[in-house]
Amino acid sequence: MERTGIDLWVGMFVVAGVAALVMLAMKVGNLGTYNVSDAYQIHAYFTNIGGLKTTASIKSAGVLVGRVESISLDTQRYEAKVVMSIDKRYQFSKDTIGKILTSGLLGEQYIGLDAGGETEVLKHGEQLKKTQSAMVLEDLIGKFLYSKAEEPAK
Amino acid sequence: MPAVKAIRGIGHRTINAVWRIGMATRFFFLTLMHSGSSFRRFHLIIKELFSTGVMSLIIIVVAGLFVGMVLGLQGYETLKRYGSESALGVMVALGLVRELGPVVAALLFASRAGSAMTAEIGLMKATEQISAMEMMAVHPIARIVAPRFWAGIISMPLLAALFSAVGVFGGYFVGVVQIGVDEGSFWSQMQAAVDFEHDIMNGVIKSFVFGTAVTIIALFEGYDAPPTAEGVSGATTRTVVTSSLVILMLDFILTAMMFGGS
Repeated sequence: MERTGIDLWVGMFVVAGVAALVMLAMKVGNLGTYNVSDAYQIHAYFTNIGGLKTTASIKSAGVLVGRVESISLDTQRYEAKVVMSIDKRYQFSKDTIGKILTSGLLGEQYIGLDAGGETEVLKHGEQLKKTQSAMVLEDLIGKFLYSKAEEPAK
Repeated sequence: MPAVKAIRGIGHRTINAVWRIGMATRFFFLTLMHSGSSFRRFHLIIKELFSTGVMSLIIIVVAGLFVGMVLGLQGYETLKRYGSESALGVMVALGLVRELGPVVAALLFASRAGSAMTAEIGLMKATEQISAMEMMAVHPIARIVAPRFWAGIISMPLLAALFSAVGVFGGYFVGVVQIGVDEGSFWSQMQAAVDFEHDIMNGVIKSFVFGTAVTIIALFEGYDAPPTAEGVSGATTRTVVTSSLVILMLDFILTAMMFGGS
């Protein structure tokens, strides 16, 4: 088969199109940003997870350390069970606190990990004992109204 | 009586439209059936890829750049009111990847490549080249239609991806370079919000569906055109009008299926 100029142009076209797709995947999408390939899993129970979704980020001191793997309702305790994949490079002590936080005022929810002081670290399959649930706006307003009602009338 | 005549006219048009839809469907399956032989003669597809894909590159890239720049400018003006200019990247990227990339690229493709396909095949028919092929026992659908069909299907997703990628850079140019939105938040918020499977792959699926629809409409109109100068010009017009409407309708259906109710 002989080569023609058209082949070159078509080749360039296909390469440019595929490069655009790769660029979209890597630079625009989330495929290149974080890949939990070498990870261990821990889980935690929250009384309320608010708007947390799977693949939400897990941050410690603002650094991305993992992703939420799955969320389910434990019918034994009636609490949400959140399984997290954490990068092997990061080890957390047994008394680490997991909090559901919100990035910005109206942003996405993520899990923040505050490391404690214990020397033993969490291993694969272990549980985070201390958790803090998501802030739910209705609860906050309810608490505020309740505390207002308790104040002595002036 | 004019009233009866009008009703008769409506009925005639409706039956005619349904008839043509049926013919187009049969044509589509015939093309699929004869695709095997066109893959054995891949140089035909390469040749058509050149005339549909490569020749559409310039219009797609320039249009993508300007659409991205306009999105950057308009998005900034609106987001500024809510103090969330840093979400500009998200807006530009999601708008392009989900909707504007596939839809605008398909509309441009219909008017740039689709009309050319219709005119070419219509003229082949008018000059009796298609009948000549039948005389030589060459199936015209296998020789003429199927390679163009596959070239259209292959090039459409690539063109849409190029459109989106260039558009994101257009938005980046206006938003970050010219207006001065923070570069870090532009990219990082975009990467946090755009999901590969949910957004980018759905955009690719959309452009694939649009490519199929536009190409089959263009080829059918050409193949079905009356073999006169008027017939070919009418078929070319119908290609652009029908495929534009079909793209927009399909886009609504696909968007409702992919992003609605989740």
